[in-house]
Amino acid sequence: MRLLIREALQAFRRAPLLSALSITTIGFSLYAVGLFGLVAVNLREALRTVEQRVEVVAYLLRGTPPETIAQASQDIAAFPEVARVTFVSEDEALKRARLELVEFRDAYRDLSVNPLPASLEIQLKDGFRDAQHTAVVASRLRGYGFIDDVRFGREWIEKLDRLRNIAGLVGLTIGLAFAAVAVVIIGVTIRITVLQRAREIAIMRLVGATNSFIRGPFLLEGMLKGLLGGFLAIALCYGTYLLFRGQVELATSGIVFLKPAQVGLGVIFGVLIGLGGSLVSVGRHLRNV
Amino acid sequence: MIRFSHVYKDYPKGSALKKVSLHIAKGEFVFLTGHSGAGKSTMLKLLYGELRPTSGQLRVSGFSIGDLSPDEIPRLRRRLGIIFQDFRLLEDRTAEENVAFALEVTGARPDSISAKVMRVLTQVGLAAKAQAYPQELSGGEQQRVAIARALVNDPTILIADEPTGNLDERATRGVFQLIREINAGGTAVVMATHDLDLVKQTTYRTVELREGTVVFDSGVDEGAEAEEA
Repeated sequence: MRLLIREALQAFRRAPLLSALSITTIGFSLYAVGLFGLVAVNLREALRTVEQRVEVVAYLLRGTPPETIAQASQDIAAFPEVARVTFVSEDEALKRARLELVEFRDAYRDLSVNPLPASLEIQLKDGFRDAQHTAVVASRLRGYGFIDDVRFGREWIEKLDRLRNIAGLVGLTIGLAFAAVAVVIIGVTIRITVLQRAREIAIMRLVGATNSFIRGPFLLEGMLKGLLGGFLAIALCYGTYLLFRGQVELATSGIVFLKPAQVGLGVIFGVLIGLGGSLVSVGRHLRNV
Repeated sequence: MIRFSHVYKDYPKGSALKKVSLHIAKGEFVFLTGHSGAGKSTMLKLLYGELRPTSGQLRVSGFSIGDLSPDEIPRLRRRLGIIFQDFRLLEDRTAEENVAFALEVTGARPDSISAKVMRVLTQVGLAAKAQAYPQELSGGEQQRVAIARALVNDPTILIADEPTGNLDERATRGVFQLIREINAGGTAVVMATHDLDLVKQTTYRTVELREGTVVFDSGVDEGAEAEEA
């Protein structure tokens, strides 16, 4: 084991330029994947922010007793899709309208009777903010006798659904393409390392080294390069994130960085590519010599 | 120790060895001579399992070369010492590290390696240059390091492919003398060479190859053959 680690580390010392080049190549290949991940994560974040605005508004018939509303609010809050129910009284609705609808401020000021109905604003839980679930909740609400009308912006939600599906599909395709390119580039880099040490491998075989003995240091070296390349990619991604953080605004929030689990996954991806690339390259070389 | 029985070796471009039958006894010294392309290197490569016979039987140190499994190749090579005209040293390791490497790959105990390495480096007269890198050594010295590496696993057979081919006369004498001493210690030596002066200096058995066929064998030693059988 000590020999394995020593041989793997010495490979860096003996060919520092090639090692640095492989790590940089792995780093930049993973950086491309990471950048794409960053864009995907932020798009999803932006979509999520927009989604949070999805709500169902149930307008109540005038004169509904407060206790009926309170009871119904409790029932509705217990729906599996529902996160929160907010009661908006007639007065509150008017106050909001005066505040938000500036163009109609004059019209609202001179009213002797409040024309706006009271309503229940229903926020949905994550994962239920699509057209199908919203429609189900809306139709259930219509079953209450004191609910006059239910609005939820069907078209808008359907568009959001489509956007979400397209983003998911495009994201998956491009993500896989980027990952495949990274795998190929990293594989070639590792192959160069193996070829550069073909003479050493031949000598190892001549003095009686087993294939697994020869393979060991290469695999460890490949994993180490993958790990260092992964760290480099994360550092580059973070640098890019810092550069753009102050300049890009998405929806209501600024851009976000990858979550620790996603960073960890990226580094593990690097290590696995390093390991897999070495396994394939050394294996093929040993079969051919 | 080594027995070729009707061995043929064909390459896509033609035959390299034709019907070679040869027996080399324990501790024997055999010169393989012949022009370039006569089949000397093919014979040596067969001995250390780099090539397999196309037909015929070849047994080396208890292994049947035609039936070697991948696991057996390293085991065979650990019983052999192999040296080449171009030394085949690792340029980025010192003489000591080059020799130690051959022990390390066999899984030798780390605490036993250093003493063994110094023993063989002393035997080849290079103890003082243990820390030198190959490029800091003369050709003769580099070949001595290669010999030390070949000896460190106490081989029963030393296979030498033109070991003096790159050396000047003085270095050639030194290296050849060393190989003779190794043979005197009981290790069989199979040495391919172009250097007929070297061959004439001794009475060792000489096997001459021409176009893949043994055309001359100075020492068909029936007695040794019977003993081995």
